[in-house]
Amino acid sequence: MAQSALARSERINGWLFVMPALVLLGIFMVYPILWSLWMSFQVGRGMNFSFGGTANIMRLTQDPVFLRALSNTMLFLAMQVPIMLVLALFFANALNDSKLWGRGFFRTAIFLPCVTSLVAYSVIFKSIFAIDGIANQTLLVLHLIENPINWLSDPFWARVVVITAITWRWTGYNMIFYLAAMQNIDRSIYEAARIDGVPAWARFWFITVPLLKPVILFTSVISTIGTLQLFDEVNLLTQGGPSDATLTLSLYIYNLSFRFMPSFGYAATVSYVIVILVGILSLIQFIVAKDRRA
Amino acid sequence: MSNPIALIGRAGTYLLLSLAAFVSIFPFFWMVVGASNTSADIIRGKGTPGGALWDNIVKFVNSFDMVRVLFNSFLLAGLGTVLTLLVASMAGYGFEMFRSRFREKVFGGLLLMLSIPFAALMIPLFMLMAQLKIINTYQAVLLPSIASIFIIFYFRQATKAFPSELRDAAKIDGLKEWQIFLYVYMPVMRSTYAAATIIVFMANWNSYLWPLIVLQTNEMKTLTLAVATLAAGYTPDFGVIMVGAIAATLPTLIIFFLLQRRFVEGMLGAVK
Repeated sequence: MAQSALARSERINGWLFVMPALVLLGIFMVYPILWSLWMSFQVGRGMNFSFGGTANIMRLTQDPVFLRALSNTMLFLAMQVPIMLVLALFFANALNDSKLWGRGFFRTAIFLPCVTSLVAYSVIFKSIFAIDGIANQTLLVLHLIENPINWLSDPFWARVVVITAITWRWTGYNMIFYLAAMQNIDRSIYEAARIDGVPAWARFWFITVPLLKPVILFTSVISTIGTLQLFDEVNLLTQGGPSDATLTLSLYIYNLSFRFMPSFGYAATVSYVIVILVGILSLIQFIVAKDRRA
Repeated sequence: MSNPIALIGRAGTYLLLSLAAFVSIFPFFWMVVGASNTSADIIRGKGTPGGALWDNIVKFVNSFDMVRVLFNSFLLAGLGTVLTLLVASMAGYGFEMFRSRFREKVFGGLLLMLSIPFAALMIPLFMLMAQLKIINTYQAVLLPSIASIFIIFYFRQATKAFPSELRDAAKIDGLKEWQIFLYVYMPVMRSTYAAATIIVFMANWNSYLWPLIVLQTNEMKTLTLAVATLAAGYTPDFGVIMVGAIAATLPTLIIFFLLQRRFVEGMLGAVK
């Protein structure tokens, strides 16, 4: 009898402690995501909805702006995530050397960008890449270019600036994860390899990288999810321009809902494209990592 | 060591690290120097301190009701952090201390929900806030961010290290479950709270997209939104914007330098 009273009090307490979080998540996450699913089958402007079946999905396939946003987002993903993760891995490996001079300084310096707010660094980058700005001045002085580049008004260079900006902001963040993981690797493995005459690059490639695989997977998943939702930087640097060259899916959803005459149903359909992409890409990355392990 | 290839490799490493450090720090330098220059000088690439600092500060302070903007920013970030920590640590404690098969399933569901992108939530959330008639209020900003799955997960992981003998002892002493949480768990776990505080405060302080959607009038704007508004005009005044960028970056920068180790720990832990 006493036992069951205790068990009951445990059960009640267990629920009491998790309940505030579950109620909030239910109202502000589960309910909205289901509502969004319902909305994605509705057509109409503003708050007037009518059932449209697959009309929104049809509209997606014929909407050049959506296709543009989708291909831009995929391009950012394919270019930016690998560049950033390779850089982060390289810096982490260099900084993991205890004989390296100025280790603390380099680590702090490279980590520093991820302390900035996305808004602050975006506007700073905007001024650096102004047409007569410091980036062009420097490149001109170094004779790397002959004429100033119109960074933010040229479709190609605007993308380069966006990719550069995100890489600047997040490389140090990923580096910290790799450094932490590297410090957990048993030093004696490296000693043994060194005695066997394995060169440094091979030690990195055949010992460090395989042992870091879970962390690399983890960082690539969170970077993928982050880049798929890219909004702050493009909205502040280019507003998606020039002529939609840097328009991302998140920015398009925002435009559809809050900048143009609201088309919430269609915007919800676009948002589900991101949900599906996040799901698929996370799955692929997990399968790839599992495969390599076997 | 005398191996020439190794030597070149080492020199190359230093060169690349120095370049990376320079590129990382340069925008900070640019921000500080820019705050003392006129907008025309900044977009002309002038990299030396100028005499427009005071002018820029005055213009920045007068561009918005700055007292109100700072109040909004600190209130939202501060209150948001307290509420998130309270709700998330309770949930982390609950999930870890009182195991049940059903709650484990619920927790698994939460982990799946981690990958729901905010982009998919913003429209229904906005409409929900409109129905609740709380657009342009503090509640609208705070409510969706309080129950952070990341932080719940973080607290659950950390709670694994909480010695359950402490809870048993407190129970024998007659403490109720909420008293144990308040007087035993919270003090013991203070370093976990500290690390989570840094992460949550920073995320709230820098939050842009959701406040941009739900905060619509100037007197509700946060510092982040104010800086973004200044930057959105056709002829942005970069000198003034740099002052704003410094103001927006300073709190997190100070926290970072004061609590560097905890900062990094929190960042690693919050998502591990």
